[in-house]
Amino acid sequence: MFAYTIRRILMLIPVLIGMTIITFSIVHLIPGNPAQVILGENATEEQVEALEESMGLNEPYIVQYGLYVKDLLQGDLGTSLKTKSEISSEIWPYIAATFELTFFAMLFAVFIGVNAGIISAWRQNSWFDFLAMLFALVGVSMPIFWLALMEQWLFAQELGWFPAYGRQDSKDPIAAITHFYVLDSFIHLDFPRVITSLKHLVLPSIALGTIPMAIIARMTRSSMLEVMKSDYIRTVRAKGAGQFLVVYKHALRNALIPVITVIGLQTGVLLGGAILTETIFSWPGIGRYVFDAISFRDYPVIQSGILIIAFIFVIINLIVDLLYSAIDPRIKY
Amino acid sequence: MVNVENKKQFSNKKLTNPSPNSPKPNSEEVKAISPWRDAMRQLRKNHFALAGFVIIVFFILLGLVAPLLTPFAFDEQDIINRLQPPSAEHWLGTDHLGRDIFTRIAYGARISLQVGFFAVTGALVVGSILGIVAGYFGRWIDMLISRIFDILLAFPSILLAIAVVAILGASLENALIAIAIINIPIFGRLVRSKVISLREEEYIMAAKAQGMKNGRIILHHILPNSTAPIIVQATLGFGTAILEAAALGFLGLGAQPPDPEWGKMLADARDFIQLAPWTLIVPGVAIMLVVLGFNLIGDGLRDALDPKMKN
Repeated sequence: MFAYTIRRILMLIPVLIGMTIITFSIVHLIPGNPAQVILGENATEEQVEALEESMGLNEPYIVQYGLYVKDLLQGDLGTSLKTKSEISSEIWPYIAATFELTFFAMLFAVFIGVNAGIISAWRQNSWFDFLAMLFALVGVSMPIFWLALMEQWLFAQELGWFPAYGRQDSKDPIAAITHFYVLDSFIHLDFPRVITSLKHLVLPSIALGTIPMAIIARMTRSSMLEVMKSDYIRTVRAKGAGQFLVVYKHALRNALIPVITVIGLQTGVLLGGAILTETIFSWPGIGRYVFDAISFRDYPVIQSGILIIAFIFVIINLIVDLLYSAIDPRIKY
Repeated sequence: MVNVENKKQFSNKKLTNPSPNSPKPNSEEVKAISPWRDAMRQLRKNHFALAGFVIIVFFILLGLVAPLLTPFAFDEQDIINRLQPPSAEHWLGTDHLGRDIFTRIAYGARISLQVGFFAVTGALVVGSILGIVAGYFGRWIDMLISRIFDILLAFPSILLAIAVVAILGASLENALIAIAIINIPIFGRLVRSKVISLREEEYIMAAKAQGMKNGRIILHHILPNSTAPIIVQATLGFGTAILEAAALGFLGLGAQPPDPEWGKMLADARDFIQLAPWTLIVPGVAIMLVVLGFNLIGDGLRDALDPKMKN
């Protein structure tokens, strides 16, 4: 296990190098003069030259790449062209916002998905099974941003149950400590604000969590069906255990092993997929941060934002891989 | 059904070839059915897959005969009649510029299906070539190609697509290229793992021992035996590609106005949700149905082609 962990971490190195090459290339593969593209057609020659100078665009590629990696290793993610401030100092609130949203979306997806999958397997071929699987199939076929817009229309604008935009009441902002607003409100013991933060989370979490929920439900069902056929379950039944005990105590533990992998992988996917949900709900997360940067041609933010999301994605996948062998002692490396 | 067919053949043969030396009936009855015919037969029995097939055929026809179905052009504006609800004249209502939504959906089917087709074909061809080379030749070339796949898969797909569009500029063609690129490692890995398992098969060894060239082995033995998982993935990938194109269109990074791309139509509808909900509902349902269609066929194909899933 230890050797596997080391090997798995070492395998990350080429991937990380490749990731930096791709994000580095984003600026350099722009057709034409990158500085000119960034500044727009109306920029003067002096402005273009100044930007080329400040971004080091006059150096040979290899030198530029070397400098880029050196900066990254020192924790320097560059300076935003729009806000003129260091990206590393302004990025945390965006990351925290995305983490908070992802956490609640996964909470929704796991709770509903796992339970729907269990009941579907338990009552295989019943009307519940049929409806749940149909719903799961529709769930994975739906454009997530469409679902988000429909929610906004129905639950925010027509019924007025939940707020349609943002993370908090803009007239009554939360004093941020960790930038996880639900947690921050708890720390302040400010329960009305906890409710407000949670209310803001409902619609985006459901929109973001629907696809993983559908995938988790299908995975749990098929995994449960397989486990329920195994010999040890028959033995448990033969001992006279009730159906509930068989399902939730004995079958679930083994059936959840592949499901946990899916949960981990989906968490990574959500972080990247959040860009659409965040755009629709004006959620100030990392996805929206990158998306806004595109329309402003703020290339340092695009580069660093994409690199950070990909980095978190890779780390989550690593943790999932390592967890997989930890929770299933039968897997030996 | 198998028996009926075979018996028919047998009785025909008996009529045309009444020689006393004709083979015994038993030897005719064990005639092998090709795995593909068996799969197709299973697929025909699968109601969900059939439903998916019907949905896709419907949208293909809708795209093909669009000009015959509607008197409007997809970019024909009629500001006075903007945001009209569905009526006899405008079956699915009009959008914020008074354009007929049914017309735009029908022409939009062309765009979505084409994006799906070209993005999947591109990813399939490049991914398969890389996968075969990596899996068949192994060693450093496998190492190199696999690491490239790892790197591409390290980015959440939509983000990588956004990065590609950020480099190339926003247009439908560039969105298509971006979607093809993000799908390359998915096909590549699939083909690679299949090739690696095939490489050790005895008939491949035999072909090598006979002195067959690598190219011939790949073309005649490896490729035909790796098609089943590729077909399943391509079908499912079709749906994903359409969703990704719609997402890029929605973000303004794909099709540009006045193209009737479904994702772009949803983006336009955003500001008029309360006034004209049909502008939001119709394109969303269209995307969902097409993707659902491909998912149903893909699931059906997987069940039919994967021997492990058979009863």
